Amino acid sequence: MDLLIFEAPILMVQASMDGILLGILFALIAYGMALQWGVMNIINIAQGDLVILGGYIAYFMYLYGIHPAWGVIVSPIIMYFVGVGIYKLVINKVVDRDLFISILATFGISILFMQLMNFAFGADVVLAVSGYGTTMLFDNSVTLPNSKIFAAVISIIFAIGLIIYMKKSKLGRAIRATAQNARAAKILGVDTEKVYAATFGINAALCGVAGALISITFTIHPYMGLPYTIRSFMIVIVAGLGNLPGVAISGMGLGVFEEFADYILGTEFRIGSVFLLLVLILVYRRFKLAKKREYLK
Amino acid sequence: MKKIYKFALILLSTLGLILGNTSTSFSKVEGDKIILGAAVSLTGKYSSNGVHTQNGYNMAVDRINSMGGVKVGGKTYKFDIIYYDDESNPKRAAQLAERLISQDGVEFMLGPYSSGLTKAMAPVTEKYGVPMVEANGASRSLFTKGYKYLFAVLAPANLYLDVAIRTAVELNGGKGVKIAQAFEQDAFSQDVRLGILDAAKETGSEIIIDDKLPKELNDMAATLAKVKATKPDVLVVSGHTKGALTAIRQISEMQVDVPMLAMTHCDAAKLSKQHGKNAQYALCASQWHKTLTYKDKWFKDGMTYDKDFNEMFGYAPPYQAAESSAALLVFKDAFERANSFDQKKVRDALAATDMQTFYGNIKFAPGGQNVSKPMVLFQVICDSSGKCENKVVAPLKWASAKLIHPMPKWSER
Repeated sequence: MDLLIFEAPILMVQASMDGILLGILFALIAYGMALQWGVMNIINIAQGDLVILGGYIAYFMYLYGIHPAWGVIVSPIIMYFVGVGIYKLVINKVVDRDLFISILATFGISILFMQLMNFAFGADVVLAVSGYGTTMLFDNSVTLPNSKIFAAVISIIFAIGLIIYMKKSKLGRAIRATAQNARAAKILGVDTEKVYAATFGINAALCGVAGALISITFTIHPYMGLPYTIRSFMIVIVAGLGNLPGVAISGMGLGVFEEFADYILGTEFRIGSVFLLLVLILVYRRFKLAKKREYLK
Repeated sequence: MKKIYKFALILLSTLGLILGNTSTSFSKVEGDKIILGAAVSLTGKYSSNGVHTQNGYNMAVDRINSMGGVKVGGKTYKFDIIYYDDESNPKRAAQLAERLISQDGVEFMLGPYSSGLTKAMAPVTEKYGVPMVEANGASRSLFTKGYKYLFAVLAPANLYLDVAIRTAVELNGGKGVKIAQAFEQDAFSQDVRLGILDAAKETGSEIIIDDKLPKELNDMAATLAKVKATKPDVLVVSGHTKGALTAIRQISEMQVDVPMLAMTHCDAAKLSKQHGKNAQYALCASQWHKTLTYKDKWFKDGMTYDKDFNEMFGYAPPYQAAESSAALLVFKDAFERANSFDQKKVRDALAATDMQTFYGNIKFAPGGQNVSKPMVLFQVICDSSGKCENKVVAPLKWASAKLIHPMPKWSER
């Protein structure tokens, strides 16, 4: 029974497509995390909660009769300012401290956000309906919800847009300079304080986009943020910092791996197998690094 | 001078603490009041159902008090409840049970929301011999531990979808059916699963997909693709509100055709409101429905309860509220039969309960679960204008609509 996927090979197409579409969406969230981790050296535990907040923005637009797809534009704008606000209130006080302090601080923000969202929006699970229908392939045996395809396309557009922005714009260059060496950038006249605020804002905006997409593809709930934080953390770990194409590939790879694990081992091992893979990758990396060190000696 | 100030401050605050404590310290019965203790989830992930629970309790207290209260030893008493917020956290719930009993002196308790929290509180109430009537913990494991002071007015979790399997077998001419099931990995859903396993064994049915959904998962695409490939007769899903909403969303998106879809937590998920016609034909297990014809003196019947609740709180009562109200009726009945406030006597009276309420018949098995009230199944049925309603379809005694089976294919909708 567990090997259904080999009896019906068409399921492999389904699993791969589901995995890739899911992975692209996760990669977008991980992309924001990689950016601000690289620039500010902060691991943002509240990442998933920013995603959920972005989702609520799209959900409320849907409630008031606006098509939730517009959330993809409105949500990042609002979330950018939320991000800058969080930076000014909390993050700027921990940005040059050690990693542990910043993890504690963002963990606190995460709890605060969860409770505030629960207080403001209630504990009901909600979703927005896009009404986009379904694409059917191979005589209806592979189905791809158009909302998921839409989510993947939008994610790719935002990711590419951001890569170009980072390369070409003045702020993008300043962000990259700060990431390389904050002190040198400061000496050369980069206002690192501003760069940090903008980076955190951009990260929150990316979360806003992802949240809006999640509200039309999955469900939204005040306490559902943590899985998104963990998933994006894993993607960044696998890809390595400062490796943006790596983030996209590891996002999709993990998505596909997870789907296949579901078919072959069963749903209960889905998350577990992803964690196992993470451990294996970390161990492998350690050995590789150790080898390098030996060589240097 | 500063030292004197400090000393005075400490003295005053100590005095304040002592006075504050004595003035908030309750005992079981004060004057003409019977004080019950309850920890419910007013914040945290169970807060919507926690509020339904509290509203259900409050509505019953209001009603019983205004209709003459509780008569014990020739004297009339009124109900009052001390509430604490357990923050949807089992550890906190256990602490609060301890606090209600040893600090506030409460001698009778009402249950919290959810099996998990009830499980956390039951050992505490049991230790102190405090009778607890609960209305929102259905997990089977609550009733197999030999608790003497725990009573549940609701049907245990393993019976939730039992009716669905039996109905499917009946419609299949008494032959076993192929079942696909997906359950969240929490105490409640796993108990529902055990119930299905039992029912499948008895009816000779075969379980062809048995997925356990991780708690953090909100994507069932893989399970549903398997369902599409194996074509079962019944698809059973239980994963609280999130599971019900995710299932309907993805079943409609992936156009999964299955003759019968049975779920839990549909009314809490407001399925038809959030999904409209896509939710049509889904079968949902429910503890209670307003059209059931049970009657009592205080709330009359389900329809009247529905109307009164709506007037008082501004929304239609979900079953979580109805069963919570029923818990108070059980306590009132037990106090009057025991004719005493002795915990042991009240406990024995509770164990001997045999009554009908608007919510259903209540009679406790030795384990404390209510065995005389069957679950009902309703089906989401929409009219041509797109307005959807939940109609009871099983058991036949209360059916207000005929079960539509098999579900029409997506291509024909």
